[in-house]
Amino acid sequence: MTTATGSSSTDRVAEPASAAGASVADAAPTAPITMAGALNAALRDAMAADDRVVVYGEDVGPLGGVFRVTDGLQASFGDERVWDSPLAESGIVGTAVGMAMYGMRPVVEMQFDAFAYPAFQQVVSHVAKMRNRTKGRVSLPMVIRIPCAGAIGGVEHHSDSSEAYWTATPGLTVVMPSNPADAYSMLREAIESDDPVVFMEPKSRYWAKAELQLPVRTAPMDRAQVVREGTDVTLIAYGPTVRTALEAADAGVEEGLSVEVVDLRSLSPFDDETVGASVRKTSRAAVIHEAAQFGGYGAEVAARVTERNFFHLAAPVLRVTGFDTPYPAPKLEEHWLPTADRVLAALATWEWDLA
Amino acid sequence: MSLNVEHHAARTLPAEKPLRLLDNAGHAAPAREAGGFALPAADTLLDLYRRMVVARRFDVQVTALTKQGRLATYPSAYGQEACEIGAVSALETADWLFPTYRDSIALLTRGIAPGDILTSFRGEWHNGFDQHRHRTSVQATPLATQALHAVGLAHAARLRDEPIVSLAFLGDGATSEGDAHEAFNFAAVWQTPTVFVVQNNQFAISTPLSRQTRAASFADKAVGYGMPGHRVDGNDAAAVYAVTRDAVERARSGGGPTLIEAVTYRIEPHTNSDDPTRYRASRDVEHWKRRDPIERLEKYLVSEGALAEAVRAEIADAAEELAALTRDAMSVDADLDPLELFDHVYAAPRRALQEQRAALAAELSGAER
Repeated sequence: MTTATGSSSTDRVAEPASAAGASVADAAPTAPITMAGALNAALRDAMAADDRVVVYGEDVGPLGGVFRVTDGLQASFGDERVWDSPLAESGIVGTAVGMAMYGMRPVVEMQFDAFAYPAFQQVVSHVAKMRNRTKGRVSLPMVIRIPCAGAIGGVEHHSDSSEAYWTATPGLTVVMPSNPADAYSMLREAIESDDPVVFMEPKSRYWAKAELQLPVRTAPMDRAQVVREGTDVTLIAYGPTVRTALEAADAGVEEGLSVEVVDLRSLSPFDDETVGASVRKTSRAAVIHEAAQFGGYGAEVAARVTERNFFHLAAPVLRVTGFDTPYPAPKLEEHWLPTADRVLAALATWEWDLA
Repeated sequence: MSLNVEHHAARTLPAEKPLRLLDNAGHAAPAREAGGFALPAADTLLDLYRRMVVARRFDVQVTALTKQGRLATYPSAYGQEACEIGAVSALETADWLFPTYRDSIALLTRGIAPGDILTSFRGEWHNGFDQHRHRTSVQATPLATQALHAVGLAHAARLRDEPIVSLAFLGDGATSEGDAHEAFNFAAVWQTPTVFVVQNNQFAISTPLSRQTRAASFADKAVGYGMPGHRVDGNDAAAVYAVTRDAVERARSGGGPTLIEAVTYRIEPHTNSDDPTRYRASRDVEHWKRRDPIERLEKYLVSEGALAEAVRAEIADAAEELAALTRDAMSVDADLDPLELFDHVYAAPRRALQEQRAALAAELSGAER
């Protein structure tokens, strides 16, 4: 459950769920921390806790990564734990496969999601299939960190939303935090996982701050969270669109609409229970993501929600997404990205009197 | 069984020292350093000088405009003018260039207007010029991808008996990508008329050469693919031009591809959002600033009496004129139509896109009310 504060500079942070692993000292002082800072702390703590954890990729060493997520790690742990790789994504992921096979826990960075495509072969053909192919004899405890999505005014190839490519690949775990607390907790959990995790980090949220006491453990990585309660409609969002959904919920209040917001957190696996419970309560659902609509992740969400909850639904599940065009240049991205207004406009297309 | 030995290329390694025709003081380099290449004619060198001065002024202007917020981003090529201009000037008008995001100044030589070069960096559209008119592909951001495009285009031209050469620019970082390897191999196997120019500017964002390769030279790699390789002083425009020109002519006459490494330095940050103080010493930058490619060529031309004061003034005027043109282009916000998002996605219209377009149009007209 969340505390709703309307401030745009500070995220609502899901309080640690009762199922959380680590305890947080009572009444410990909190500090404002960005998502990038929380990820950095998670890497730092994971490396301190387990010397099998290594971090590599492009520019992750002295520079600290282009988003500074690996800032200071090489200085702290040395260049045998954190290092700059040659500029080759297939090489980065492929070598991580070998390292994971041999007992290390590599956490590799793809600089941007559109730069991860050279690694597609390695991810789809090897990372995702190794456990299955070897009947469990070889597991790949590795994390592929991918800065994802748009809304940062980036030039071409810097704002892709590639999640559907990964979620369509059996054998992968795909997660995407939306806030600093989850970023810390989920990255720790991803690194601890014995399976490969595609860990997607929404770029536009890197600098979002939350008052936080680290270390923090939030809900398990594979669980969705209701981050705002409502009775009329469920907005299903993840990563960058959680904020969009919360904005829509705030605006919905003025229209007399009680909006529930679910932060998926995990894209694969999908938390049918949490989402289903919410949808059965509200009888309506819309899924929001930045990626284009056709064949996008929202189609899977809509299909699952419908299959499992058809007789509880008062209306078809809607998708509010980016358009089915290539991601545009920065000066046009505001028109392309889903907005709270667009969410509300979509909800207005329902025949509400049927409810 | 035939071993096809005759198909194997000669195994000659490039010279150990980068080839140069002019030393840093602007004197003609000794013959042993020239690798058999001749100094280009004075009018050719003057033309290179003119283009480099104009390119430098453009680059400095765009960096300034970026700092003023007129552009979203700009990857500067300051200090790499000899590579950029020297290589691209070796092409004929009908030849094709496959540039990267850092090669904006080379596009000037292809006759592309400053405003059209900068459309993408202004954030208006992902490309602003006509590929076919200028025989210049889009500026590629995904590294080394354009090298394969260059190979494919050159191969197509040869299948059509058209004497076209393609030139692909790559950076030192891009050579680590699989696509670079595949492009080199395809070009050599198919013997395409392609010239690869690796601008080794010592850094891939923050990653230094030592973390990118253990090879003594990128040019050495050519042998492994079965094509000639040359390592050239990338701050010597005369050498870059002469070596590239030779490779272009060789390609055009059916001699296959060439791999050229131009050794230079990225004076500016990777882009305006980079902080080079985190990974390199300013003394290194200062060292390379003292090896300035424009000053080197200027000294030579002056010593040869080939750069009259009037000509120098005229070149300076031309550079200022282009800078003014660039400022003007960047001072006007393009009249962007959001509905254009749906144009040019497919050749044949799709209903889904038409519906989405109508939805946005309704949204926009609602916003106007």
